[in-house]
Amino acid sequence: MIEVENLTKTYGSYNALKGINFRVEKGEILGFLGPNGAGKTTTMRILTCFFPATSGKATVAGYDVFENSLEVKKRIGYLPENVPLYKDMEITDYLTFVGRIKGVSAKDIKTKVSKVMGDCGITHMAGKLIGELSKGYRQRVGLAQALINDPEVLILDEPTIGLDPKQIIEIRQLIKNLAGRHTVILSTHILPEVSMTCQRVVIINEGRVIAVDTPHNLTNQIQKAARIFFKIEGPAVNVVKELNKVKGVKMIEKKETSNGVTDYIVELEKGNENRKVLPELIIKNGWGLHEMRSVEMSLEDIFIKLVTEEKGVKT
Amino acid sequence: MRNFYLIFKKELKSYFYSPIAYAVMTIFLIITGYFFYNIFATFSTLSFQAQMNPTLAKQYNLLNISESVVRPLFGNVSVIMLLLMPLLTMRLFSEEKRSGTIELLLTYPVRDIEVVLGKFAACLAIFSIMLVFTLLYPFLIKIYGQPELGPIITGYIGLFFMGAAFIAFGIFASTLTENQVVAAVLSFGVLLFFWMAGYSISFVSSSLVSVLSYIALTQHLESFAKGVIDSGDIIYYLNFTMLCIFLSLRALESKKWRG
Repeated sequence: MIEVENLTKTYGSYNALKGINFRVEKGEILGFLGPNGAGKTTTMRILTCFFPATSGKATVAGYDVFENSLEVKKRIGYLPENVPLYKDMEITDYLTFVGRIKGVSAKDIKTKVSKVMGDCGITHMAGKLIGELSKGYRQRVGLAQALINDPEVLILDEPTIGLDPKQIIEIRQLIKNLAGRHTVILSTHILPEVSMTCQRVVIINEGRVIAVDTPHNLTNQIQKAARIFFKIEGPAVNVVKELNKVKGVKMIEKKETSNGVTDYIVELEKGNENRKVLPELIIKNGWGLHEMRSVEMSLEDIFIKLVTEEKGVKT
Repeated sequence: MRNFYLIFKKELKSYFYSPIAYAVMTIFLIITGYFFYNIFATFSTLSFQAQMNPTLAKQYNLLNISESVVRPLFGNVSVIMLLLMPLLTMRLFSEEKRSGTIELLLTYPVRDIEVVLGKFAACLAIFSIMLVFTLLYPFLIKIYGQPELGPIITGYIGLFFMGAAFIAFGIFASTLTENQVVAAVLSFGVLLFFWMAGYSISFVSSSLVSVLSYIALTQHLESFAKGVIDSGDIIYYLNFTMLCIFLSLRALESKKWRG
């Protein structure tokens, strides 16, 4: 559905994209991860024909974004990062305008607008001016305008930023329901969001793709050790000494202490996860076990890992 | 065509969503009304004096209502337009650029030319409404005197073409910057220059005289106000308008190529 080959973009002397390659199949939800300035928004702007790439090729639904931009634009719904909307328009007027301009016929526009407003949960705000809306509602109007003509491809730049937790869950569910019928690219900082909604992830840094895989594989591949968080009441020196004796324990990281209860993070070797032994040992020593849970690697961890690994290869 | 109409309708509405249209129209009508009152009052005072004074009454032009009321009125209206039109056009693209809505607008399946012409037509429609309101003045003149209808009609045609040229340049200025004040100052300054280009005719070499008198905006309105429809004047305003719209399109496109 979407093919990107060797895409580069230069702003003056700054190389924002240094040859990006990826593909998105029809009906797939692709997560686009990366820190600020990695080139996520630039890539999305090229795909939506806002500006052309310096070199390389990108096609959407078989149409070249540069040569056939009008055909591409007809098939795309785009939600830019800061959700720019006409603040002096009413929601219904605005969605009608966008729908008509994106090719919805005058006959269908009313039903389309009310359907998309229902989907995005803004029906009860219908008569309001966009400028009066809170950030969360503005985000939904932005999503509604992207969805209005049922586009084949949706490009969403950080769609859940600025929403409250309940709204985030709703919007994620909405995006998930789009899979199959629509092809979706969404960019985000939040790893759980990716694992919840996306089938595949592209991680991008400094204008290069550094990893493409499913979220599950990515975590497994990078997380070379299991990490477990403990809250233990007892003498810290002894705790560390005893835990270190357990087979498979790679490293113990002591965190803060309050009221005699200390936090630790214990790293276990992969394939040698002797989880059962650890609590037994703690109880046997007469210490209090307040909490034990496994620590997932966050995007930041994975990211830092990937970036440092990449740097390591280079130097 | 449909996209042009949609943009036109949206822009026209947004003039009324915000207080801009109301403010500009009100001020325009107050000032032109004030000018009209003064011109007309002067004329009626002169008429009374002419009744007492036969030598004054012989000065035909002085007591010709078309020459002494209608013509100066068109001149005054055009000066007020010069001051107010940049305020109508300044936000058209600057605002979209500053708030980022241009990013969505240009990723919708519309051509740049449909966007520019839609905005141009909406502004022209607002301007036409303003002109329609001023029809009250010739109507009042008609009640109390016998003005010639010809120069009034051609005068309005002239104002319309001149307004179109002002709007086109204002739009071009607006595509150049995301700051509305800069857009307004730029279009006001350049239009003022075109306005005054005729002033220096007496100081420059003869080869420049014809150029300056041709590019001066005032020279072309004069003949309309006299009741003359000169195709040269219409072509001048149309050229000015089309050049500015062409430049606006290039300015929009240049954003794509600038690194």
